[in-house]
Amino acid sequence: MIRDITLGQYYQADSVIHRLDPRVKLVATIGFIISLFVVDSWVGYVAAALFLACMIKLSKVPFSYMVKGMRAIVFILMITVVFNLFLTPGEPLVSVWKLTITKEGLRIAVMMAVRLSFLIVGSSLMTLTTTPNSLTDGMEKLMKPLKYVKVPVHEIAMMMSIALRFIPILLEETDKIMKAQIARGADFESGNLIKKAKAMVPLLVPLFISAFRRANDLAMAMEARCYRGGEHRTKMKPLCYRAADRAAYGVLLAYFAGCVAIRIWL
Amino acid sequence: MSIIVDHVNYIYGEDTALAVHALKDINLVIPDGQFIGLIGHTGSGKSTLVQHLNGLMRPTSGAIYYNGEDIHDKEYDKKQLRSKVGLVFQYPEHQLFEIDVFKDVCFGPKNLGLSQKETELRAYAALKQVGLEDEFFYQSPFDLSGGQKRRVAIAGVLAMKPEVLILDEPTAGLDPKGRDEILDQIAKLKEETGITVILVSHSMEDVAKYVERIIVMNRGGVLYDDAPREVFQHYKELEQVGLAAPQVTYIMQALAKQGMPVDTSVTTIAEAGLEILRVLHKTV
Repeated sequence: MIRDITLGQYYQADSVIHRLDPRVKLVATIGFIISLFVVDSWVGYVAAALFLACMIKLSKVPFSYMVKGMRAIVFILMITVVFNLFLTPGEPLVSVWKLTITKEGLRIAVMMAVRLSFLIVGSSLMTLTTTPNSLTDGMEKLMKPLKYVKVPVHEIAMMMSIALRFIPILLEETDKIMKAQIARGADFESGNLIKKAKAMVPLLVPLFISAFRRANDLAMAMEARCYRGGEHRTKMKPLCYRAADRAAYGVLLAYFAGCVAIRIWL
Repeated sequence: MSIIVDHVNYIYGEDTALAVHALKDINLVIPDGQFIGLIGHTGSGKSTLVQHLNGLMRPTSGAIYYNGEDIHDKEYDKKQLRSKVGLVFQYPEHQLFEIDVFKDVCFGPKNLGLSQKETELRAYAALKQVGLEDEFFYQSPFDLSGGQKRRVAIAGVLAMKPEVLILDEPTAGLDPKGRDEILDQIAKLKEETGITVILVSHSMEDVAKYVERIIVMNRGGVLYDDAPREVFQHYKELEQVGLAAPQVTYIMQALAKQGMPVDTSVTTIAEAGLEILRVLHKTV
């Protein structure tokens, strides 16, 4: 069940998008998200949809795979839509009991739904095409200027990559402990909320202990290999821009300029 | 009274690009009271198979019957099944969670809805069965040594009084002494209670001494299912699938090749010694 969440997972494939420098993809994702809030007309959303569709096509990630990831946020999406639909003041369209749907409400609700789903699909496209390691590499490089204001950039990046690396391990561990306790007659499903919370103890205690044990082992292994933090640390594969990356920046700039133009003139 | 595995297939991640056919048409009959070794290389499907036996996993196709009843029947009581077919996972000490050893062992029987008294009696008996001394009963399970923790975890399953006990690699990560102690304890337990025991392992050496039947798995299928001495005759084929026969098999085979008329099917060092002596007496 937990494994069905595709948000933040890597999809192995060989595509133009996969090969791009992670910094390009990070900047592009941020740019795309901003563009979604820049445009406010239907033309703009169509442009964003086209851009996104092209990127998905180029990335060779099956569209169904992305939709699967969307399932996790359907609930949040519904809440946003419902609240906007009923609570926006304006010209009434339909009125049932105390609830009124206004013309403005409908417009905002649809817009929010489109924005949010594009936002999710856009950012999951990044995580689907970039390995966690290169993602944190890209972040580290992008945030480097922050070092001058004493932000521990390397340490943050390292923590992120460790955290990302441990997600599948801990999921597997959870699955294993859960099964072991079910084999001892534990029941994680039935009962009321309090009973359910209590039933989690046999799962959470071993899970925390194992997480601490793993953290300890990892720290020890890093120390044994003389890890001392970011100072003077070099990389085996340093990031550097290639022609495709520059072209991608060009495409992104063109798209962004287009969005701004649509906002101003349409 | 037995477990019947009928044409069981299991596929991990069905309908995805990463589908793995982990079990391929497995057919087994496990009668009451047998001591079985389930052997296979890493990834041969042995752990997947044992998780099917107590209903933790549902076969993609095929059925499993316990005492003549389909365990995936809607009416079938899975909780009852799990108390009858006790499964001890790999590194079972990782599942300990209570504040003291005794309470942890009580977890299983308590889940069965037994009375406080019965629960404690069972926990005490189980801890005695695995040979843990009284002084450890009220210590935190996390303060024990690796071997002791594992005993506590095995006791946690034994306290449910299973009719079938399955141990998935019970000796993994233990030193030779700890390994022999655990295996001897299991063999003793088997003798005293007469329950069915399935010992999952990747080492023939470990199980040869104890079991009466060996099931060899390879790539999700059953390769051999026979008495140890018969299985070890295939030592060449076993090597091809990344396993090995016990060392005595190799010695006896080598002796036979040199022209010594020994019986090559002995399985333990003691038997081998007697066999060599017998042949020597005859020829000298």
